[in-house]
Amino acid sequence: MLRIKNLHARVEGKEILKGINLTIRDGEIHALMGTNGAGKSTLSNVIVGHPKYEVTDGSITFNGQDLLSMTPEERSHAGIFLSFQSPVEIAGVSMTNFMRAAVNARREALKQEPLKSTEFLKLMRDTQKLVDIDKKLVSRSVNEGFSGGEKKRNEIFQMAMLQPTFCILDETDSGLDVDALRVVADGFNKLRTPQTSALVITHYQRLLDYIRPDFVHVLLDGKIVKTAGPELAKEIEDNGFDWIKE
Amino acid sequence: MSENKNAYVRQVADKQYQYGFTTDVHTEIIEKGLNEDIVRLISSKKGEPTWMLDFRLKAFRYWQEQAEPKWGHVHVPFIDYQAISYYADPTAKKAEDADKLGKIDPELEKTFDKLGIPLEERLALSGNTAVDAIMDSVSVKTTFKEQLREKGVIFCSIGEAIKEYGELVQQYLGTVVPYRDNFFAALNSAVFSDGSFVYIPKGVRCPMELSSYFRINARNTGQFERTLIIADNDSYVSYLEGCTAPMRDENQLHAAIVEIVVMNNAEVKYSTVQNWYPGDENGKGGVLNLVTKRGHLRGVNSKLSWTQVETGSAITWKYPSCVLSGDNSQAEFYSVAVTNHYQQADTGTKMIHVGKNTKSTIISKGISAGRSQNSYRGLVKIGAKAEGARNYSSCDSLLLGSECGAHTFPYIDCHNNSAIVEHEATTSKISEDQLFYCNQRGIPTEEAVGLIVNGYAKDVINKLPMEFAVEAQKLLSVSLEGTVG
Repeated sequence: MLRIKNLHARVEGKEILKGINLTIRDGEIHALMGTNGAGKSTLSNVIVGHPKYEVTDGSITFNGQDLLSMTPEERSHAGIFLSFQSPVEIAGVSMTNFMRAAVNARREALKQEPLKSTEFLKLMRDTQKLVDIDKKLVSRSVNEGFSGGEKKRNEIFQMAMLQPTFCILDETDSGLDVDALRVVADGFNKLRTPQTSALVITHYQRLLDYIRPDFVHVLLDGKIVKTAGPELAKEIEDNGFDWIKE
Repeated sequence: MSENKNAYVRQVADKQYQYGFTTDVHTEIIEKGLNEDIVRLISSKKGEPTWMLDFRLKAFRYWQEQAEPKWGHVHVPFIDYQAISYYADPTAKKAEDADKLGKIDPELEKTFDKLGIPLEERLALSGNTAVDAIMDSVSVKTTFKEQLREKGVIFCSIGEAIKEYGELVQQYLGTVVPYRDNFFAALNSAVFSDGSFVYIPKGVRCPMELSSYFRINARNTGQFERTLIIADNDSYVSYLEGCTAPMRDENQLHAAIVEIVVMNNAEVKYSTVQNWYPGDENGKGGVLNLVTKRGHLRGVNSKLSWTQVETGSAITWKYPSCVLSGDNSQAEFYSVAVTNHYQQADTGTKMIHVGKNTKSTIISKGISAGRSQNSYRGLVKIGAKAEGARNYSSCDSLLLGSECGAHTFPYIDCHNNSAIVEHEATTSKISEDQLFYCNQRGIPTEEAVGLIVNGYAKDVINKLPMEFAVEAQKLLSVSLEGTVG
């Protein structure tokens, strides 16, 4: 369970988050909507511990642990995964080596033996099938030369490999056509267990047709100004945010 | 978090160079200084024939008239050539141990064991590598000599070769790198001590990887390695070279010459993992690695490739080069040079195209961290008769941090209009976003830097023989740990 209390954060000296309160219980899906610049990506970056973002007040706990005192990799090992809005390219580093480093770093943190090569390669193959990602993508360098859709698919593949308990999907739907969107959403749904919770950041209703949220929040100017059930997303799609502001 | 990182940096600085130990072994070191008598003394210690002494003396007299080259993008500290001892023999026996002649001091065996170079053949590296182990001025042992000899392959120290295969050595020594080539080549030709000699006869594919391991141990001595490799018609050999030295506050001089001759349809692969002591994090001490390496592709269809991973030395001044005389000959140069702290590297290659349809490839990857300076310097020369010559050069630089420097000095000198010469260059930095992406997936920063750097250097690492590639990958990670933060 993730619990955010009175969270204030700034980036490059500018205050972006102005007192966020949010609790996400195991198994719940929360959608986060809001205008550009409202602080959605800042919130996701603060949760995973990006060093560019400075928390000035408030707290975040994850399963009772003080998240803000943990390094980004410790947060990852604890089961938090961010599907990046714009995944970076890492030239020359094969997906295989990258995933092996990630999987084994996590296992080491959990005091498990590193996977043997054969076990690891089998996990890669099985996961490829599960999320229906092209074998060719996995044999290439991390995101290098990938199209927008391929990058998003690769994020879901990595999610499947690491089996997190809390996922943040940061505009995973942006730049995807309908077919790609369905593949990515299907992938996510296949990975879900009854305990998996998620924060889904999106501008559009259509992703939420595939990943049904339990709650929808509206973030405006660094604060959550409205929370309701899935019907809120539809309302925003039809009417925009202005009626909430008033 | 930053506190953790600082602790980590300190920890790395403390352990970083794991080959920095010294060996306590009785070593016979001749008096410091350099003059004709010293040259004669070295020659007599090695029991050399007159022609060899004459060669040394000619080189010495020439050297005396020369000045150190100044064109490199490095600041070489003042070297007092009279304050160095030019011959140190760790295999020399104390008078009371004279009866143990022919036995290797167990301390020496222990040293090479510690370096991962077993001198016992049954413990050989991968079961398929012969080793010539050289400490200071003397070859301690060459393994698998007899087995190789059955195939006609000669693999021994150059000292032994001068005595046993004098005609062969005399025919080739100094024909690729003449003593007049440069200041350090002249110095080496005058005082060189040990190194390896390889002869692969016609039509033989050398059944093992051959390797030399160079170790500097004694204080205030220079190491002047000399290696000569001859691949006769239709032969093949893969040769590896590794180097380490103890941590000492003063600089140590290593001025080597490697000469390679490649005949018709022959192929030589020469790989180096250079890990000389680089000096401490304040730039104190370290090996001055001033080296002339050159191959002569004399035969038609001959092939030579240089692959080097350079992580060590306070100063590296080294341009493994190829003269492509034989028609259709092909030369390759693959290099990763890493500099950290105050290290300086000025390294690259020369590709001299003489014959028709000759082809050369240069792939250079420089990685700079700390306050180091890393330069690529290369010459591609196409001679007037080199019809259809081709060169492709790619020089990339990767910067870690903002206080290091990367420089590229490519020279192209083309005298034939049918030649095609291409040059590409890039400079990049490891971005905070790349590191964070790795962190988010659970990979700690230090490991992420290793992963990214190894990815960057992959094209070169892949050219190394298997065991060496694994070694080189580890070395790259260790050399750069704690450089981002």
